[in-house]
Amino acid sequence: MEIEFKFHLNGKECSVKTDPRRPLLEVLREDLALTGSKYGCGEGQCRACTVLIDGSPAPSCVTAVSTVQNRQVQTIEGLAEDGRLHPVQQAFIDEDAMQCGYCVPGMILTATGLLNRNSNPSRGEIIEAMNGNLCRCCGYGNIVKAVEHAARLVKERSSR
Amino acid sequence: MNRDLESIRNEFPELERYELREGPSYQFELSRREFAQVLGTGILISLAGQSIFAQGANGSRQTDGADRLHIDTSGIVTVMTSKVDVGQGSRTQITQAAAEELRLPVSRVRLVMADSALVPDDGGTAGSRTTPATIPTIRKACAAARELLLEMALREFRSENSSIEVRDGVVIDPATNKEFGYTDLAKRDDLNVALGKRARSDVAITRVENWSVLGRPTPQVGGEAIVTGRHQYPSDIQRPGMIYAKVLRPPGYGSKLISIELSGAESMAGVTALRDGDFVGFAASTSARAEEARMAVAGTAKWETAEHPSSDNLYEYLRDHSSTGGSRGGRSGGAAKGSVPDGLAASKKVLRASFPIAYIQHAPMEPRAAVAEWQNGNITVWTGSQQPARVRGELSAAFRITTDQVRVIVPDTGGGFGGKHTGEVAVEAARLALAAKRPVSLRWTREEEFTWAYFRPAGVIDIAAGLGDDGSIVAWEHINFNSGGSAIATPYEIPNTRAESKSCDSPLREGSYRALASTANVFARESFMDELALASGSDPLAFRLRHLPKDRLRTVLEAAAERFNWSARREKLKGSETRGIGLACGTEKGSYAAACVEIEVDAKAGRYRVLEICEAFECGAIQNPLNLRKQVEGCIIQGLGGALQEEIRFANGRILNPRFSDYSVPRFKDVPLIETVLVNRPDLPSVGAGETPIVPVAPAIANALAVATGARIRSMPIRDGVFRSV
Ligand code: FES
Ligand code: FES
Repeated sequence: MEIEFKFHLNGKECSVKTDPRRPLLEVLREDLALTGSKYGCGEGQCRACTVLIDGSPAPSCVTAVSTVQNRQVQTIEGLAEDGRLHPVQQAFIDEDAMQCGYCVPGMILTATGLLNRNSNPSRGEIIEAMNGNLCRCCGYGNIVKAVEHAARLVKERSSR
Repeated sequence: MNRDLESIRNEFPELERYELREGPSYQFELSRREFAQVLGTGILISLAGQSIFAQGANGSRQTDGADRLHIDTSGIVTVMTSKVDVGQGSRTQITQAAAEELRLPVSRVRLVMADSALVPDDGGTAGSRTTPATIPTIRKACAAARELLLEMALREFRSENSSIEVRDGVVIDPATNKEFGYTDLAKRDDLNVALGKRARSDVAITRVENWSVLGRPTPQVGGEAIVTGRHQYPSDIQRPGMIYAKVLRPPGYGSKLISIELSGAESMAGVTALRDGDFVGFAASTSARAEEARMAVAGTAKWETAEHPSSDNLYEYLRDHSSTGGSRGGRSGGAAKGSVPDGLAASKKVLRASFPIAYIQHAPMEPRAAVAEWQNGNITVWTGSQQPARVRGELSAAFRITTDQVRVIVPDTGGGFGGKHTGEVAVEAARLALAAKRPVSLRWTREEEFTWAYFRPAGVIDIAAGLGDDGSIVAWEHINFNSGGSAIATPYEIPNTRAESKSCDSPLREGSYRALASTANVFARESFMDELALASGSDPLAFRLRHLPKDRLRTVLEAAAERFNWSARREKLKGSETRGIGLACGTEKGSYAAACVEIEVDAKAGRYRVLEICEAFECGAIQNPLNLRKQVEGCIIQGLGGALQEEIRFANGRILNPRFSDYSVPRFKDVPLIETVLVNRPDLPSVGAGETPIVPVAPAIANALAVATGARIRSMPIRDGVFRSV
């Protein structure tokens, strides 16, 4: 049975008509052509599919599309503003925090969610917050550095 | 329906899936016109043997080799290779190599990788061959292009000044200040006439001391597309009219489909349901809809199941199903020296041990995926594979078409680690696309990847060794059941040695994995070296050095030990029951690795934790220190998975832990303090670095655990009834 849903996607009003049980990840990728959110496990274990829902990271593979009705959803495609990379994106480039890069969109959104609630996380807090995200290339070291660097960039940008 | 498609359909045989045979590698010649469409106007350069040919994009072809370079009129140089990037950094490193020789910044070089319609055949991406084999070939082609530019410039300037050089893609005549660059070269349509056929065997590549792009820390090419989510991995490819597929898998290995009633799916609007032999697949406008179709009929399938062994008695099974010779590692390790029986007989002490090694899986972050699109009997497939030529062969065999009719494109892919050498997902997507008459995207689920891809071989390794009166090793025998022959020969100086790799009838489908069997062979050897050191009352470091010739392996071992402060730490931790240190070293594929680790043990709880790993690695001249560090650290941490926790369990033809919730892999919290020592040898040719750094990790941990607890665990993963990692 198909139902019409409305939510805010990357700052814009968005509506889809679909089966309410479908995972948000699938709707984003197949109905809305936003393939930046990745599938890695489908069971909430790898967080490659992370999106921000009302600013907090959530695994979109286990989030039924019906639950985002009227909420704010942000995907990796909506992070850069006016062609300018978000500080977390910039930090991943600066620290060369990627190998195959498949985990990177999820990593960036989880880190963005962390910085949304804690602008100055310690290394331990970063590891705690990121532990749900898998990187099979095992580039964890550079990713931690990137999140630390991102926190500095956020501060710099907001003080300007 | 198109005629060609119809005839293919009528002819279509039962799908040939899951064969691990090698497909032949072919050249694909796209027409001139299509070429120009893809690359724009400019010139194309081929390098066949040592000859260079250049001609306008609209001219006639006189070369036999496929084109290697294209120079467009804006001065962007496109380099073409059949290599793929699955995260090992080949895109960045090949771009650097090309930029170096072309005398261009990295930003003006574009790399087209693994599109069978465009690229020359450099082979697949495996065995750390890109750095030692492909990069030199590409550097030669680019150096030839640079020389061509120089030559044309001199003609243009009517100069014979031999000291003129190419800088930043431009040649400047010091006499007149006139400029001639790649942009000008690309506009010349008379090159063929001007140059004719010229042998360029004298083209020299840039010497290491003159490197200005290679050797420098160069961040990942294409990074912006990754952080913005713009890069399209194989699972992200979108085509007009594309639909999504799901496959009905057998209930276990060896099961045969007897019958299935598809009508429940066929009657669903917009659903394509297909059975062809044992293959049953569904395609629809969304994955959910395809899954619905699958679920609607799955219950009607009748299967004939087959007996299949269980991982509980895996090691006995392997021993009972072994045969001598013909190892899958390609080497049976037959190298023998002296006489092991005589050596053992003459030894003062003889030790024997067996080392069981579990199956593990690559579990790349992106499971297998393919998009297939038919057009007039020809097929184009986008898929993530380290062996595009093989995939092309599999498609051509499955559909009884020539390889000319198959185009395989490998977008930069989400991980491989040796686990994506096959084309089953491409064949499945292509079969469904043929039936649906639309492009089809098939993305395996994680469970499918864990079950129907292949595994790193399990194995059992038996070692026997004898110590002489002076405490040195006199004889060494190393027999590997199933996991393969790489690095099976000992690098230590021992008068009597024998090594053998036995093939076994593997219960699971297996294939290559980062460093393949060297992980298992080095684990067993380096664990046993410590057992011998203990038996002879020596420091494990001194014991190894005593048997190592003065060579590259010795150098990295010393470098790791020095950075780690091995001797002082050993002194300090003597007698500690909560801390232990261990070391190990190994070599494979021409590179050298040594690691020292410190672990913490809670004997009461039976838990241990790796606190620190210090690894030294040497792979000749370092081409990109940033990428090298990523590869070494990646190997170390991925190696922790196989060392501490990864193990595939199976019974009744099923994998028992085919999910990340049951099969745990290293996460942020598992990462210890890591220190890497990159030993640079500018005097030696560069070799690959994506594999060997994994080998010393596990044995160094087992050795540290034995020191701290007195308990020697000989299995991988390193755990037993008493101890396991936290
Ligand atoms: S795909 Fe959603 S957590 Fe893995
Ligand atoms: S970069 Fe490959 S999975 Fe993280």
